Formats: sequence, C-alpha cells, structure tokens
Amino acid sequence: MQKTLLTVAGLFCASVAAAETPVLTVYAPDYFGSEWGPGPSIEEAFEARCDCDLQYQTGDLLPRLLLEGANTEADVAIGFNSDVSKRARDSGLFAPHGLDLSPLTLPLEWNDDTFLPFNYGHTAFIYDNTKLDGFDSFEALLDAPDDVRVVIQDPRSSISGLALVLWVNAVYGDEAEAAWARLAPKIVTVTQGWSESYGLFTDGEADVVLSYTTSPAYHIIAEEDLTKSAAIFEEGHYFMVETAAKLAGTDNGDLADQFLAFILTEDFQTMIPTTNWSFPAALSEDKWPEGFQELPMPETVLFYTEDEAAALREPAIEAWRAALSQ
Amino acid sequence: MLTFEKAVFSQGSFALAVDLSVAAGKVTAVIGPSGAGKSTLLHGVAGFVPQSAGRLVWQGTAIEGFAPDKRPVSMLFQDNNLFPHLTVLQNVALALSPKLRPAADVVERVEDMLGQVGLSGLSGRKPSGLSGGQQSRVALARALLMDRAVMLMDEPFSALGPALKDEMLDLSVSLATDRTVIMVTHDPSDAVRIADEVIGVAGGRAWPPVETATFMSSPPEGMRDYFRQSEV
Amino acid sequence: MARSALSIIAALVVAGAVIVPVAAVLWRGGGVAALSAADWAALRFTVWQAFWSAAISVVLAVPVARALARRAFVGRSALISIMGAPFILPVIVAILGLLAVFGGNGLVNLILGPLGVPRLDIYGAHGVILAHVFFNLPLAVRLILQGWLGIPSERFQVAASLGARLFWLLEWPMLKRIVPGAFAVIFVICLGSFAVALTLGGGPRATTVELAIYQAFKFDFDLSKAASLAVVQMVLGGVAGLIALGLARGDMMGAGLDRVVQRWDGSRLFDALWIGAAAAFLLLPLAAILVAGLPGLLDLPSSIWPATVRSVCVALAAVVLTIAIALPLATKAGEAASLLGISVSGLVLGTGLFLVLQPIVRPSDVALPVTLLVNVLMSLPFVLRILRPGIEGARADFGRLGQSLGLRGWALWRIVYLPRLRRPLGFAAGLTGALAMGDLGVITLFSRPGEGTLPLVMYQLMGAYQMEAAYGAALLLVALSLGLFWLFDKGGRVHADV
Repeated sequence: MQKTLLTVAGLFCASVAAAETPVLTVYAPDYFGSEWGPGPSIEEAFEARCDCDLQYQTGDLLPRLLLEGANTEADVAIGFNSDVSKRARDSGLFAPHGLDLSPLTLPLEWNDDTFLPFNYGHTAFIYDNTKLDGFDSFEALLDAPDDVRVVIQDPRSSISGLALVLWVNAVYGDEAEAAWARLAPKIVTVTQGWSESYGLFTDGEADVVLSYTTSPAYHIIAEEDLTKSAAIFEEGHYFMVETAAKLAGTDNGDLADQFLAFILTEDFQTMIPTTNWSFPAALSEDKWPEGFQELPMPETVLFYTEDEAAALREPAIEAWRAALSQ
Repeated sequence: MLTFEKAVFSQGSFALAVDLSVAAGKVTAVIGPSGAGKSTLLHGVAGFVPQSAGRLVWQGTAIEGFAPDKRPVSMLFQDNNLFPHLTVLQNVALALSPKLRPAADVVERVEDMLGQVGLSGLSGRKPSGLSGGQQSRVALARALLMDRAVMLMDEPFSALGPALKDEMLDLSVSLATDRTVIMVTHDPSDAVRIADEVIGVAGGRAWPPVETATFMSSPPEGMRDYFRQSEV
Repeated sequence: MARSALSIIAALVVAGAVIVPVAAVLWRGGGVAALSAADWAALRFTVWQAFWSAAISVVLAVPVARALARRAFVGRSALISIMGAPFILPVIVAILGLLAVFGGNGLVNLILGPLGVPRLDIYGAHGVILAHVFFNLPLAVRLILQGWLGIPSERFQVAASLGARLFWLLEWPMLKRIVPGAFAVIFVICLGSFAVALTLGGGPRATTVELAIYQAFKFDFDLSKAASLAVVQMVLGGVAGLIALGLARGDMMGAGLDRVVQRWDGSRLFDALWIGAAAAFLLLPLAAILVAGLPGLLDLPSSIWPATVRSVCVALAAVVLTIAIALPLATKAGEAASLLGISVSGLVLGTGLFLVLQPIVRPSDVALPVTLLVNVLMSLPFVLRILRPGIEGARADFGRLGQSLGLRGWALWRIVYLPRLRRPLGFAAGLTGALAMGDLGVITLFSRPGEGTLPLVMYQLMGAYQMEAAYGAALLLVALSLGLFWLFDKGGRVHADV
C-alpha cells in the first residue's frame, strides 16, 4: 500500500516537474522531423528563445489531425500543401495566425490569414545536362523523341504528382488530355512518391524526372555535382508552397503564436534552403545560400488557389488517367 | 476381468458391438478378417475410439469414461511406436515420467528393463540407428515399464521376419507374466503360439473368448468363411 | 477439449484484431461507400495480376523444389537460405535490384542490346508479375520443398523398389496437398500489392485496390471509401483462402524416421538447369543491391544504429509472439482467420488501430507495440501455412502414442510436437523475423522523430536526396533480415536429420 502511494506520489511529482517546462507539440510530415530535414535545427533555435520544449509528432499530417479532431494534442501543424489545404481549412480545426505578412518574399501575393507559408518551390523536370540539351518549354518536352525516358509521380498518391497534373492543366487547359497523350510514350513509369522517382533517375533508369526547381541545388551544394539541371519552361512552372497553422484548440496559444512568428524570422528562414532543399518564403534573395542564388528561376509562376485546386483535382487526374491508360 | 457390457465402439459409419469378458492374467488373441473391427476393439479399450453405448468394466470399475492414459492399459502400436527424435533411453523413460532428462532412479529402471529385452548398452541411440527387431524391443520395454495391468498389442512385430516375430512374441509373454494381454493378429499361428483364448471378430460383432485349441478346431459360426479363405 | 477451446480463442483474437480496426474505420467514415468505375477497374486488375503472379510462382516452384529436394551438392543449404531473400526484401529495395537486372540500363539489356535483341521493357503488367514472381517464388519453393522433405525416405525406397512412377505415387498427392495453400497465400499477398504494381506497372492501367485505398485515405480522407475497399480486399482474400484450403486435401504422408532423402530418378542436367535458372533470377538482383549498397555503408549516419536495434527488437518480439499465437491457431479455421490479416490493407488496419487506441493512449507511445501487432498479423498466414502440415502430421503419427503415455498439454508439445516441428518452426521463425525487420508497417501514423525503425530511416534518407546512404541502409537491412532468417532457419535444421 505504502509502495503504491509512493509510486503515485512519484508520478505526480514527475508530471509536475515536467509541467514546469511548457511543451509545444508540433505535427509535421515525416521528412520534416527527420534527422535530414529542417526539424532538428528549427527545434534547437526555437527552444533557445522560448524556454520551452518543442516536440514533433511526425507522420501523415492531415489524416492524423482529422482523425483526432478536437482531441488533438497538436498546438501547431507544419507542412501543409496549398493544393490540399482546403480540406484542412474546412475542418475548422485551425485559428488565424494574426501575423503581418509583409516580410513574405513569395513570387506571388499571399493574404491567407490562417495558413502561413514557410517555404516554396516549383515543379520542374530535372535532367542530366551531360546527356540531354534540356527543354525550354513544355512543348519542347512533349515534342522530344519517344526514347527520352521520363519518370513521374502518381497524382493519386503524391503531392508532386498532383502538382504536375495541375501544371499540365494550367498550361494546356482543355487540351490537357491530348498533352498527356503526347507525353505518355516517354513516361517510363509512374511511382508512388517522389523518392522512388528520384531514385530511378539517379540510377540511370530515367533521363528526366519530375521534381522541383530547387533539386539541382542539392547536387551543387552537397555533392559539388553540376550535371543536374532543371528545365525552365517558357509557359511557366507550377508553384508549390508549404504552410503552417495554429490549432484553434491549443492550450499553448502564446507559444504557438511565438512559433508562427518565428517562422517569418531570418533565423528560421536561413535554415530552410539547405535542409528542406526549397526556397525560403520570407528571405530576400541576397541572403540565400550560394548555389540557390544561381538557380535559374521561372519567369512565369502558375498557381491555383486551394478552391480552384480542389475543384480541378478530379478532372485533371482523370485527364491524366485516361491518356495514360490508352 | 475386463468386461464389455453391451459395449458399442463407433468409428465413422462403422460400429462394433461387444458383449463379453476377458479373463485377467491370460493372453487373449483377437482374430478376424481384415476390416472386421479387430483394431477398433483394441483402440476402444485403449480409449482412442469413442464408445457410444454400454459399459467397459475392469476389476469392478467402469473405465469407459477415462482418458487413454488413465486406463489401466499400455499399448504396443502397429508402427510409429517410437519418437524418432528421442533416444532409446528417453523413449522408454516416458513410461515413467514426462521428462526428457529422467532422474537417476528412472534411468536405472529403464536400463534394467532394456537389459531384460536384450538391449543393454544401446540406450543412447536414436531409433534410426536400430534394427527393426531392436526397435520392437524398445517399444516392448516401454509398454512393460508402464506397469499397467492390461497390455494391448495391435498386430505387433508384423513387420519382422517369422523367426524374429516368434522370438518377440515369446519374449513379450514371458516378460508380461501376471498381466492381461490382448493381442490383435491376422495370423492364426500367432494365436496358437501364445494365446490362451481367442476372440473372433467379424462383420461388426465380437464372439466371446474360446480356448485357443477349441477355436481353431471349430471356429464360431460366421468366422468359418474367414478360415476357409485363409486356408485356400 | 482444452486444445480446441484455445484454438477457438486464438482464432477469435486474430479475427478480432483485424475486424475491429476495420469496423472502427468504417464506423468513423459513416458506413459503406459505393465503388466507382475506376475502383472496379482497379479491383479487376488486382485480382488478375494476383492470380497470374501466384500461378506462375507455384508452377515454377515445383521443378525447382523437386530439383533441390533430390540433388545433394556443396552449398545446397546455403543456396536454399539465400534464395529465400527476395521474399523478405523491402519493396523499394527489391525494385531497385530488379531494375538493375531487367531495367532499361539493366544487365539483360546491356548483354542483349549489342546482340541486336530489341530492348527489354520491364514496365507494364508483365513487369508487375515478374516482380511478384521474384518476391514469391522463394516462398513457393520453400513451401513445396518442405512438402518434398516431408515425404519419408522410406516411401521413396519402397516406391523405387517397386519400380513405381514416383510422381503419381508420392509426389502428386503431396503437391495436391501443398500447392493450393501456397497459391492462396501468394495470391493474397499480391492482392495487397501497391508500390510494385505502381512502379513497374508503368502507369494508371496497373492501379490496384491498395492504391485506391491510399488515395482515399491520404488525399480524400474518405474513410468510408478506404474501409469499404479494405472490406472488399478482405472478402477476396477470405474467399481465395477458403477455396484453396478446401482444395488442399490429400493424405498425410505418415511418419518416417527422418533419414536423408535418396533418389534414383530424374535427369541431373534438367535439375541443374532449374536450380541454376532460379538462382540466377533470384540472386542477380540481390548482387546488384549489394553492389549499390556497399559504398553507402560508409555514409551511414550514426542514428542508424539505434534504429537498427529497434528493428531487431521488433523482429525478435514478433517471432516469439507469432509462434506463440500460431501453435494453437494451427487449424483450418485458424488459418482462414489468419488470412484476413494479410488480405486487409495495412493502411486501414493502422488507421483502425489508431482510432481504437487514441482515446486510451498517446499513439506515439505505442508505435512499436502497434508495429509489432501488425507484423504478427501479417506473418501469421505464412507461419501457419508452414506449420500446419507438420503439426497435423505429428498429430496423426504420434498423437495416440503420446496420449497413451499420458503426455498432455505443454508436455505433449515439448516432447512430441515441437521436436517434430523443428524444421518448419525454424523456417517460420526466420521468415517472421525477417519480415518484421523489413516492414515499414503502420508506423507512419504513430511515429515520433528519432524513434524510427531501420526501413523508416532508409526512406527518410531517400527523401533527403541521400540515395547512396539509403542504399547502404538498404544493404544493412537486407543483411540483417537475411542474418535473422538464416540463424532461425539453421537452428531448425541442426540435428533435424537425427
């Protein structure tokens, strides 16, 4: 009996002790929290200024939040993509961030009062510049000989795959299915996610891979390899932005606000390029690391709002499916 | 005395009716054509074949509700008498205790019994290292060591040559003194060699035991066909 | 009586562990959803490819297993062990290995190209089936090989002395008993195919039900659709299982005394060709994985080691738990119940467990136990397929003898059944361990950073452009899986030939 009491007391003390350092729970995608993602350095930098304990919970971000609903432990969620964020917004789980968005350096205007961007990129086709001359337009890619082998991601299982069908839709509109039909003979295969596609590309199984305009930066900075280039299309590139948001039900509102404000700081933003291999959302170009500054940038940026993306998703995927099932 | 009181043993669609008594301390053979139910009778006594009616009484105690290992019987099977993965010593020691490392007193008794069946010095071997005759001796040693009042033998030693078989039958009977032995056989000469009495089994029914010589000279009605055939 | 009560409880537990989570997802999703035309097309393709994958796997496995059963040669047991490797490879690793051999720049095209043979294109339905055969041929070979080794050598001696045709007398009855079960297990595994079908299928024509589930869950958050599709998978798997188990009749072979099989028939040349072809098909991609992974071993981050320890712990725990559940479950009903586990989508299972557990515990606190549970459910069908014939054989041969000696309960298992089952138990344990090592499982809903298992770290490396290190991690994973498999399998065979 005494022992039980002691144990209970011990547990109680432990929980009180733990409660003295407030915990900010951040839900993030797996890549974000991993050793090689931006998570660890962001955690360190934020804990240095907040006197709190930042804890990530990683995994399928949105499904998990929707499963947990109002019971979620999350205070902040980071890593939403604008093409699927409508579902998140409609859930009513998130609260406005209340921040001044003027520090943003996105290539387009952004007024979202709930979802705060922290990085961006554009879909792009990556190729080996020692083997191919590249393509200066989508048309040029579609006109390429059929023995150019292209690997893409499935729009039904991958966010970059979804961005691609939206990109094709933005460029070709009603002619999207015909465009897909021209690309189809060159598509070696369609993979579940980005990693598998990129693996096929680096293994030489494909000449061209659907990835991001920032992908060459990894090879330049981490591997000093200058042979990988992104083909910049004159029709423009589809814009992809990742966002963070505060949970409406958080019991750490102040900390959550602090964290969102931290996102727009230079400290946070300078960590993004070489950990997330994407462009920082609020950092002027002269502060980007070397290698990023030299990346060719698309002149035209194509983008659908989340409402447009939600409405277009199904027909755009269907055009892709119909053309590739021939 | 082992008494079958209107006992019926059922195995699938086959049923065997038995209403007779077997004298204690004697050797009784069960003879009959193939498929007549000899093994059903034996396995019924052992408790492997369900008894659907009647009683089975040993020395005044009804045993039909007992589990196989709670009955006063030990059994020599037709084959698969030995566990291939266990040594001779372990195989025989199972008669006394379910331990793979038998205690010293158990080992002593096992070695003693192995000596009686002529297998001294072989206790460390596995069955695959023994001849057929030696394997039979191991099985016999275990059945004897179980020290049950009734020893059931289901066509024992039928895989051995005639001379070896006779030798094993004689050994069994000589070591099983004061036990009740019931032996199924398809070979009447086995019965003549060792049995005091014979139970005839044919067509789903069993005849009460008759003295062996009498049975051989005038088999019961219904068994004559069997003998006529086996004489041809 | 006690045995059957325990069997029923075990079957109910297993069925419950599958059905309750699926029901939870269905309930949360608000009931059953109608399937769209695309879903039906996915269903047709799924069944079609699963049928052919399973059929080709078992048909090819028969001559290979026979050759391995009747030929003794140096390195035979090592070859049998290592040929089992594809089955336990993580999908993505196996695909990379296959592409190194059959891909556009693969070995086959490299050799045949200069000879003027048109370029082999692996992408398409045939690629999917090729990959599935690559994965499952080892399992089929092992299951059928066990059937062959289960025929007592005495029977071969009898048959040989009779001048009888061994095939019809001994082998055909054995095959009739073993092959339907092997087919069913492989069919059900292939029903759940996702990444293989997608990557090698070459496009949306090769869409499987599992992909539809993934889409419904990740993008549409349509739980009702995801759960409905999972129910369809379960029904398919269950029907396939029941048909196969119903077909898998045939006589038990009776007890032998475990002497090494000696054979006097068959063509040495043909056997050598079969073994050689199977070994090349299964081992070349493995060699490619080895070559790709070696340089990456030097780049492995230090965090790989705790992840490795976690993976090994999960694997060992999965072995103990799976075997403990499998023994009482080794009945026909039990095997049918276990097929539910593998036929249902891991994603839906994980989501259901999340829904069930979330009100009680923090999901990330139970990440490893949940991974363990799912691994056990996924391994049970294989383990039972491997153990059941042995258990039934041991029961038929030695059950009555054991009973007459008063052996019951644990003593009966310890003295009679377990020793008789050494070989299949070792194989089953090795398979479970290896599968648990390589499985990413449901951890994505439950995980916390820094607590991943080895496969998760491998995927994270890939996601961070670190392909070389990822291949190093893959090699480590394969080596550990194979090592575990080999240890258990070997353990089962030591002294097994008394």
